[in-house]
Amino acid sequence: MARAVSNRRMAINTGVAWVLAILIFFPILWTILTSFKTEATAIADPPVFLAFDWTLENYETVQERSNYFRHFMNSVVISVGSTLIGLLIAIPAAWAMAFVPGRQTKNVLMWMLSTKMLPPVGVLVPLYLIFRDYGLLDTRIGLVIVLTLINLPIIVWMLYTYFREIPVDILEAARMDGAGLSSEVLYILTPMAVPGIASTLLLNIILAWNEAFWTLNLTAANAAPLTAFIASYSSPEGLFYAKLSAASTMAIAPILVMGWFSQRQLVRGLTFGAVK
Amino acid sequence: MGRITLERVQKKFGDVEVIPPLDLTIEDGEFVVFVGPSGCGKSTLLRLIAGLEDVSGGEIRIDGTAATDLPPAKRGLAMVFQSYALYPHMSVRKNIAFPLKMAGMDEEERRRRVDRAAEVLNLTDYLDRRPGQLSGGQRQRVAIGRAIVREPAAFLFDEPLSNLDAALRVGMRLEISELHERLKTTMIYVTHDQVEAMTMADKIVVLRAGNIEQVGSPIDLYRRPRNLFVAGFIGSPKMNIVGGDLASRHDAAHIGVRPEHLDIVEDGGTFSGKVTVSEHLGSDTFFHVAVPGLDEPMTVRAGGEVGLRHGDTIHLAPQSHQIHRFDDNGLRIA
Repeated sequence: MARAVSNRRMAINTGVAWVLAILIFFPILWTILTSFKTEATAIADPPVFLAFDWTLENYETVQERSNYFRHFMNSVVISVGSTLIGLLIAIPAAWAMAFVPGRQTKNVLMWMLSTKMLPPVGVLVPLYLIFRDYGLLDTRIGLVIVLTLINLPIIVWMLYTYFREIPVDILEAARMDGAGLSSEVLYILTPMAVPGIASTLLLNIILAWNEAFWTLNLTAANAAPLTAFIASYSSPEGLFYAKLSAASTMAIAPILVMGWFSQRQLVRGLTFGAVK
Repeated sequence: MGRITLERVQKKFGDVEVIPPLDLTIEDGEFVVFVGPSGCGKSTLLRLIAGLEDVSGGEIRIDGTAATDLPPAKRGLAMVFQSYALYPHMSVRKNIAFPLKMAGMDEEERRRRVDRAAEVLNLTDYLDRRPGQLSGGQRQRVAIGRAIVREPAAFLFDEPLSNLDAALRVGMRLEISELHERLKTTMIYVTHDQVEAMTMADKIVVLRAGNIEQVGSPIDLYRRPRNLFVAGFIGSPKMNIVGGDLASRHDAAHIGVRPEHLDIVEDGGTFSGKVTVSEHLGSDTFFHVAVPGLDEPMTVRAGGEVGLRHGDTIHLAPQSHQIHRFDDNGLRIA
């Protein structure tokens, strides 16, 4: 039976949750509102919340000035591509670490995570030079490679955690039933880890979608994803808050919609194995 | 066919020797039970035969061919796990068909075999369910179904009944015995429960700390335990072991008498003591008797209902030809 919670307690919890949610969502809401203001209203002091003349002119300007669709496609290719390649590498890696751990497995995992502690700017110059020499600058494939590598530790860690929740008995049963390694991974492990794999996939698409450091530094025009598209609106000739907001709204809209529809899956995946 | 031989098979985990080199032959069609207290290495030995663990030394042969280095999938053995280890994302039908699919059998034949197995195991109505929707006993049947469809050289059972409640356990015990009668396939069964061992086995292998203490038929082990360990382990309630003067009277360091081989006599007898606990089972009554001079109470079985109470003094006489004698090292004296 569920623990009895008093109505008062419930009301307080709900109130706190709402306050936190609004606090977190407010910047996004403000950006969306600003995108419908004129540049003048956007910087008005005191700021105007809802009572302004709503306009779509920012969206029109943004559309005229840049090719949204191309940036959008770049973002899709880069985030989905890097995540899928990452999964392809990480599933066997996580399988090995979860089910046939060696003496150094823990250290390897820590070492992989430690690469995330390095400030990315520390490897910018060498990576830039490598990209230049191999003609990878401003290419989608270049960004797919770099984002795969950046997010690989997180993918491996997440999958490792999910795989560890799968009883070894079941994999051994598959081996006894005549399954070789590939059948075991394909028919048993992967289907059983689907919630975990799905949430890893979603989370990594979001991370890759929002990644700005590498996409800004390694692209110019051709492969620039939506992050670079937003940045192009903070120009040396001045900030155009309303247009910047319109661009931001257009950039985050697809991922926001995806996140909204997959939130059940995301929450389930992130709490996978937390309750036994 | 399913004749399995182990020659000098050994297993070490790091520096710890779990199974010292051991030899064992399991004949085709035999029902062999590995029994012993927990941690005795019985499950490890089964996993070595299955190929789920690599041997540290020695040779395993299945039907004469070297299997030591074969992966589990290539040994032609089927295993039933304690946890059932069903595939939770597949229906019962797909679970049972999985080994057939791995063997590359066509769908028509798969369907026919699964239907037949389901009929034998009373699972026909559940074929479209997921394992999560089944009771413990049904899951166990699915696990057995998955093992039998492939017609393996031998079945390996790793404590398959320990997750079931007592009533179901007795039922499944009978079902497995019947299955063996019908299939005549070699079965190796691991358990810590000596009752399961006694009731099911053609041959019992008693293990302690990785060593084989004795191999024999249930009746052999009951009648002629090779040492004190086997004497104490086989039989329920366990054998009464007595040392000291009483034993030296029989030219032994220890003597053992089973509870069912002690007669309650009016007076005289070898042992006298007070009843501490009586257990009434209806068909039998077990008395625990505190005998002065002995560390542990003796257990005695009386047929039917016997009206003795706590504190009553009784006299016990062992049946003369039922006294087991053991030497200083705990080994049986012939």
